[in-house]
Amino acid sequence: MTQVKMTVNGKTASGEVEGRTLLAQFLRDDQGLTGTHVGCDTSQCGACVVHVNGKAVKSCTMLAIEADGAEVATIEGQANADGSLNVIQQAFQDHHGLQCGFCTPGMVMSAAALLKENPKPTESEVRHYLDGNICRCTGYHNIVKAIMAASGQDVSAIAAE
Amino acid sequence: MYNFDVERPSTIADAVKALGREEAQPMSGGQTLIPTLKARLAAPSVLVSLGGIDEMKGVCLDDAGRLCIGGATTHATVAAEAAAHYPALASLAARIGDPAVRNRGTIGGSLANNDPSACYPAGALGSGATIVTNTREIAADDYFQGMFDTALEEGEIVTEVKFPIPTAAHYEKILQPASRFPLVAAFVARTADGVRVAITGASNNGVFRWSEAEAALGANFAADALAGMSLDDTDMISDLHGTGAYRAHLCAVMTKRAVAAIA
Amino acid sequence: MPKDGGIGASSKRREDVRFLTGNGKYTDDINLRGQAYVHFLRSDIAHGILKSVDTSAAEGMPGVVKIFTGADFEAVGGMPCGWQVTDKHGQPMQEPGHPVLARGKVRHVGEPIAAVVAETLAEARDAAEAIVLDIEHLPAVVDMKEAVKDGAPKVHDDLTSNLCYDWGFVEENKGAVDEAFKNAAHVTTLELTNNRLVANPMEPRVAVGDYDRSGGDHTLYTTSQNPHVIRLLMGAFVLGIPEHKLRVVAPDVGGGFGTKIFHYQEEAFCTFAAKACNRPVKWTSTRSEAFISDAHGRDHVTKIELALDADNNFTALRTDTYANMGAYLSTFAPSVPTWLHGTLMAGNYKTPLIYVNVKAVFTNTVPVDAYRGAGRPEATYQLERLIDMAAHELGVDPIALRRQNFITEFPYATPVAVEYDTGDYIATMDKLEEMADIAGFAARRKASEAKGKLRGFGVNCYIEACGIAPSNLVGQLGARAGLYESATVRVNATGGLVVMTGSHSHGQGHETSFAQVVAEMIGIDENMIEIVHGDTARTPMGMGTYGSRSIAVGGSAMVRATEKIIAKAKKIASHLLEASEGDIELKDGAFSVAGTDKSVAWGEVTLAAYVPHNYPLEDIEPGLEETAFYDPSNFTYPSGAYACEVELDPETGQVTIERFSAADDFGNIINPMIVTGQVHGGLAQGIGQALLENCAYDSDGQLLSASYMDYAMPRAVDLPFYDVDHSCQTPCTHNPLGVKGCGEAGAIGSPPAVVNAVIDAMRSGGKDVKHIDMPVSPSRVWAAMNG
Repeated sequence: MTQVKMTVNGKTASGEVEGRTLLAQFLRDDQGLTGTHVGCDTSQCGACVVHVNGKAVKSCTMLAIEADGAEVATIEGQANADGSLNVIQQAFQDHHGLQCGFCTPGMVMSAAALLKENPKPTESEVRHYLDGNICRCTGYHNIVKAIMAASGQDVSAIAAE
Repeated sequence: MYNFDVERPSTIADAVKALGREEAQPMSGGQTLIPTLKARLAAPSVLVSLGGIDEMKGVCLDDAGRLCIGGATTHATVAAEAAAHYPALASLAARIGDPAVRNRGTIGGSLANNDPSACYPAGALGSGATIVTNTREIAADDYFQGMFDTALEEGEIVTEVKFPIPTAAHYEKILQPASRFPLVAAFVARTADGVRVAITGASNNGVFRWSEAEAALGANFAADALAGMSLDDTDMISDLHGTGAYRAHLCAVMTKRAVAAIA
Repeated sequence: MPKDGGIGASSKRREDVRFLTGNGKYTDDINLRGQAYVHFLRSDIAHGILKSVDTSAAEGMPGVVKIFTGADFEAVGGMPCGWQVTDKHGQPMQEPGHPVLARGKVRHVGEPIAAVVAETLAEARDAAEAIVLDIEHLPAVVDMKEAVKDGAPKVHDDLTSNLCYDWGFVEENKGAVDEAFKNAAHVTTLELTNNRLVANPMEPRVAVGDYDRSGGDHTLYTTSQNPHVIRLLMGAFVLGIPEHKLRVVAPDVGGGFGTKIFHYQEEAFCTFAAKACNRPVKWTSTRSEAFISDAHGRDHVTKIELALDADNNFTALRTDTYANMGAYLSTFAPSVPTWLHGTLMAGNYKTPLIYVNVKAVFTNTVPVDAYRGAGRPEATYQLERLIDMAAHELGVDPIALRRQNFITEFPYATPVAVEYDTGDYIATMDKLEEMADIAGFAARRKASEAKGKLRGFGVNCYIEACGIAPSNLVGQLGARAGLYESATVRVNATGGLVVMTGSHSHGQGHETSFAQVVAEMIGIDENMIEIVHGDTARTPMGMGTYGSRSIAVGGSAMVRATEKIIAKAKKIASHLLEASEGDIELKDGAFSVAGTDKSVAWGEVTLAAYVPHNYPLEDIEPGLEETAFYDPSNFTYPSGAYACEVELDPETGQVTIERFSAADDFGNIINPMIVTGQVHGGLAQGIGQALLENCAYDSDGQLLSASYMDYAMPRAVDLPFYDVDHSCQTPCTHNPLGVKGCGEAGAIGSPPAVVNAVIDAMRSGGKDVKHIDMPVSPSRVWAAMNG
């Protein structure tokens, strides 16, 4: 077992891990941060996306040991300081960008990474950025719309409700 | 996953030393290796993570004007930092997998794995790159030796890749709809010495150069120069996503489109 | 003006806040003190004789708690099937045993053979690798038509053949149908496959079993759409646990789409093992495991024929379908190709004579059962492809041919035993034509052609039977369950309400929309209402969520219970107001005496119910809590018309969806935002089936598409912004809300429009393609264009 120590959502998180312990397992099982989900084992669904040193990564495809010393951000740390939903989270609720909620943490984390890199993405840029995030419920329409709305763009011309 | 020790060396020398341990295996970004480990298809005792070796990271130009990319440089970094020097390669890197994969996956890992459907082998072979390891330099033409097979020896790691920058180049791919790896992709590079065409995703032997197309394009660099040309489909991958004949056809289409994008 | 609350308002979903902040509680987030983990050793061959399972080397491995094999389950029952179909000769279907862990034979890749319970999951898996299996390989049967031939290897040796049933519907009509075909002016014939799919909810299945020795109480936490059904099936048929000793909890569930309806071996195992090991036992499926253990969907091979008279009126329809059951009968499998499929073959059309034949077949593949739409997408696809083909053969406009044959008078009794209560197929088609901008299509096609692409346009209509289902009727049809729903409304002293519903929400937003209904009925704020679901200990008996039934059946039960609450509250109010009960009116959360200014607030009445100081105790009991069970008198019949526009790259065969329009009639709508979202999701799954998804086996019964590396899930780049409308509303006549249900429509209605559009595009490129099977992959399109 190896001791790892990292910063998760601004707080120090440490624990003993095996070599094979994935970052997702460390977050879920050791730290109790169960908002990060695991939806596949081939690094494709993106339900496990978190930020490591500011970059979106799939926490199911990174060893916990490799995050030793890193700054990690998860869905649990995304809300505003007063607990209210942040701009992206609020846009997802306003535009019905989620249904069952399972892919949602990864979607929100990917959206946050996108808007950091590209503050006003086009529809096509949003869709391509979500290549590694699978949603089975929404058909993506309202996710794409929510992310564009969160970027401050007018989405009123995009169809319906 | 079976359990293993993890070594995180910070120098190439330490990495090589760690790889000398029994049943040691290098891991760069892990984007292919970790899913493989999850499926228990590999059982290293020691995993040597190359992600902490700063001397293997970064993008720069050498004195010969070649674009040099450290083996542990992520696809995202190449996409960003190679864009000004070698846009076709940056574009290739920017379209590998998805953003989160590009933040972890590395050029060295991709070339060492030599997946028959990976993007970087086409970029390296198509560019006539040199693969630099901890012990030697290997020309791309000698490096790729078949599906998942390379010239790398046990314990040898890709520390750097040097790309001569062509006059113009383009990478054209059509995606396999599930994995989002290339179903077939063509990397076409036009250089002072001629044209190179590298194809990935198609052959059971992994990435390859399409020499007939190179010759035709060398004489006349236009999509029309490829009219009527086709590849033999006997050694093409045939699976759920396409027959060998379809892949052979796509090789020509992707090559033509790459040429058209350049010309 | 859009409403800001109650029925018809696009209220934001209250459940979103927990999901968006990482505070959802899914089954895998549940970890019980002292829990052990189970790993299932699954068959990696499709068919073989299980000669021995040697666990001796594994027993002593580190961390092993206990290893189970089929022998450990000899004393308990097998996995039950919830529906018995009677064949065309009046005989019951062939129903094989379905063990929790394999016994005697293995019959599909993924069948669990042994289960290792250990301290950690890794230890369980390590020990499973030390189990030695001796399996004598047998030839596998995969192809359905081969499976029913004489001499084919038998999946179940104790059955007479691989034919589960040969169903004729309506058998008495067969002669008349055949006669109509003889007299037809034109007959169109089409053979097609409805591709096998994997539902793939993003949350893999999970089960956590727990046992409390002090009271002998079992608890199962599971990823289910219907925890009460699991409690009933597992308790009564598998483990012999009475329902009062078994609690089943399905907390937040990450999507279901049908595949989480069924009772699975892993649920029974974890419940059983928790007692046997005297500690909680947890199983979390990996995605790879899900591909070989979740019930698959669709997988029909059909020949369908349409007879028309000289004026292009449909005169008869005849179908011959092979439906794959897989190796065992999953919970509701037999009903899918029969009662959820044959009864829908009339579609939106007044075809007077219909005969449907379905042969359900056992093969060495994962069991097949309901997947979003279940039977209705198969019916719609056949019919709507066939009509397009007929229009092409006859040289008439496919929309005109549909319009000419639409059912226009309601109620309408079809020749396949159902009665549509309402609908207006002309209205939805009119709406669709407007949305799809058919007039502009020629210009768009020209623009595509200028880029070297082909452009195609396709339409289809659909009808579905949902709001499942009248218990009396389904009982006659072979269901071994009733299909009512229940609700308890508990009003607290301070006026807040808890609605305990048997419906289950796993993405549908019931916590929001159900509250809207009750808020509207009482005239109080939605936030005063809490919706509780998913726990057999907290809700009355429920049948769960599938078949677009939640609002139509579960919502109706809630309405009935709320009506009882209001009736009692009026009595209390009449006492408080010293007025006649008949004069009491409820409006905006206050009770008043008609024609006076006397009123009493909701909260005063609810307080009086629990603090009955000034209360008519001689007439009514204290308290304010009511339960209602609602059993529908008919199915509901949502319908609509869909249009798809595709662009096709003739060089690569790649197809992109450029426009998709959907005009639906769902009757009344509770929350338009949620309804639209349901349609979006359904469309994505329908388009996914049409273009991308393919669950394929090789001839040895090995699954070729066994992970996301080969099973193509629709991504954001594969899909467009959809144009969705539900302004055409013919309310359901037989439920109190006038609602029809919307969950499955998108998946039912979209595949034929996509394929019709692709074929139209290919024809515009000069290739007269008759048909192309789904998924319409680039490879297949290219082959069809160059064939």
